[in-house]
Amino acid sequence: MRHIISILLENESGALSRVAGLFSARGYNIESLTVAPTDDASLSRMTLVTSGTDEIIEQISKQLNKLVDVVKLVDLTEAPHIERELMLIKVEAVAESREEVKRLVDIFRGRIIDVTDTSYTVEITGNGDKLDAFVQSLSSISILEVVRSGLMGISRGEKALG
Amino acid sequence: MELTGAQIIIECLKAEGIDYVFGYPGGAVLHIYDAFYAQEDVQHILVRHEQGATHAADGYARSTGKPGVVLVTSGPGATNAVTGIATAYMDSIPMIVITGQVPKQLIGNDAFQEVDSVGITRPIVKHNFLIKDVKDIASTFKKAFFVATTGRPGPVVIDIPKDITAEKTEFAYPSSITMRSYNPTVKGHTGQIRRAVEMILSAERPMIYTGGGVILGNGCEQLIDFTRRLGYPITNTLMGLGAYPASDKQFVGMLGMHGTYEANMGMHGCDVLIAIGARFDDRVTGNLEKFCPTAKIIHIDVDPASISKNVKVDIPIVGEVVQVLNDFIKGLEATEQKPNASALQKWWQQIDEWREQDCLKYDRESKIIKPQMVIEEMHRITKGDAFITSDVGQHQMFAAQYYGFDKPRRWINSGGLGTMGFGLPAAMGVQLAHPDELVMCVTGEASIQMCLQELSTCKQYNLPVKIINLNNRYMGMVRQWQEFFYEKRYAMSYMDALPDFVKLAESYGHVGMYVDKPEDITAALEEAIALKDRAVFIDFITDQNENVYPMIPQGAGLNEMILV
Repeated sequence: MRHIISILLENESGALSRVAGLFSARGYNIESLTVAPTDDASLSRMTLVTSGTDEIIEQISKQLNKLVDVVKLVDLTEAPHIERELMLIKVEAVAESREEVKRLVDIFRGRIIDVTDTSYTVEITGNGDKLDAFVQSLSSISILEVVRSGLMGISRGEKALG
Repeated sequence: MELTGAQIIIECLKAEGIDYVFGYPGGAVLHIYDAFYAQEDVQHILVRHEQGATHAADGYARSTGKPGVVLVTSGPGATNAVTGIATAYMDSIPMIVITGQVPKQLIGNDAFQEVDSVGITRPIVKHNFLIKDVKDIASTFKKAFFVATTGRPGPVVIDIPKDITAEKTEFAYPSSITMRSYNPTVKGHTGQIRRAVEMILSAERPMIYTGGGVILGNGCEQLIDFTRRLGYPITNTLMGLGAYPASDKQFVGMLGMHGTYEANMGMHGCDVLIAIGARFDDRVTGNLEKFCPTAKIIHIDVDPASISKNVKVDIPIVGEVVQVLNDFIKGLEATEQKPNASALQKWWQQIDEWREQDCLKYDRESKIIKPQMVIEEMHRITKGDAFITSDVGQHQMFAAQYYGFDKPRRWINSGGLGTMGFGLPAAMGVQLAHPDELVMCVTGEASIQMCLQELSTCKQYNLPVKIINLNNRYMGMVRQWQEFFYEKRYAMSYMDALPDFVKLAESYGHVGMYVDKPEDITAALEEAIALKDRAVFIDFITDQNENVYPMIPQGAGLNEMILV
């Protein structure tokens, strides 16, 4: 089963490679990983999507907690939570496809953020399924480039990791 | 007063009460060595290879409980230390390894003797640091010692660029440290402890199984008290030997791949397993699907990640072993309930039947020296009270099976990583920590050659270790597996050219002895031990075909032993 593990860790050089190294050394799987400093510049927030049996996920949590740079972590999938991912996608936009792309972007509530004579660059956010659906809806359009941020998550309600 | 980074490093070591540093100089650490030159509080032991430095510091740490300290230069100095760091990591040994690094502005430029030491050591340390500012040296050392010695201990690497060791700053060593991201659990959960005590007392076929964690956590006194109150059988892992006296009748021997028949059958048949400071290693459990099929399992460990990693347990307790065992003892005192005497009597009857198998029997009348004879004779002469280090292989198992350790921290071996070459340098560290005690290194002709150069260090510091070389002209454990599982195809397990070990020892300035008859074992050992201020190398020519029994083949259950 897929799990979203949200981690607060020391914003120090090497902290990211400790996490990534742990996953490769122990043969755990990383589907996506995103990390950036928080409002407190000494801390980074990482969202990591992984999958495995309950036993493996328990081991992953324990092993992550054991890393000296990890301050706190939570498995967001255990409780109601919100998932978001950002995608930037550059597509060919010529003749009739220019209008078609614009319509699809409106339906998916994305935004066109860069325009040339022959292309659009689109920004779209949502959970992974929505982004996948958008990409699929472009099947008749030529896609030039796709950039996805990887999933970020936060729990619902006033409970906070920090 | 302002001090240089190098002087600050020395001051930090002094503040931590460090008396020995094991190391080898080189370009990136020359400022630090210059600071060593100017003081006498911390003694530097010059090894002959950085691997030797790490094993010596490791032996020092295992025999004292204090952290071992290593100092090596950048590049090859650091990479040579890697095997020793991994050895300490696998056995949870507190160690500080200071690695020199090229000057800050050269990092990443493929400079002379540059490697990414922090990157290379990351998977084999509890934590590591790269210091980038002279002002951070003192606080980093404080953190490093705190992390290395608390919770589940382990090695910590501190990488220090050369330029920083020459820069100056005010020195003040922090008296305490808190780290928001590191808080090892000390006390076990009260509710879990209550449940565990109930389960322990309800047992009909109990087994206590303890590992290196009890020794690392200094919980042996509590373990003995707890075990004697209950009257339950107890087995120790390879790393846990000495935690409970081997000569006591409740001790059923070591368990696992080369454990005793009674210990392994007892594990297989028990209904309540009390695991303390042990990690259910594959050499202990055998086939996980056949492991303790009828047991409820209680597991006490300071490291939450050790619990339910390999074997799902029923009552996990995270906490320091001393705290939890004290709580257990209080729990036993507080309740009216007593162990089930009649069930226990039946269980002991069963165990005694298994004991009659006499699984450690061997040909005591042999005309060729059996390795077991040497170990048994060592035990008799030293009254089981020597410090025994070992290398890795058959001799290691024979020492574990036949020496009978009654005290903790007397048995010093590389259990987790299984590092050949560990024994001799480890013995040096033990001898330095215990100058008046007898330190013996049980080894084989293959293992000893992996860190042989340290014979020179023994001479320089007058370390009178006794090297017991069980020479069967084979990599014995490899040969044994090839005999059992590869139809006796002895691929590369035999060395055609061995040195004359007697002359070799003499060339280093030590005493060399050659023994090839069983009747000469006693006199040789007594003579070696009597040479109190000399290192002695005894080359025992042993039976080439002797195997370690019992043995659990890979993939088999604990009840499926190959017996002699």
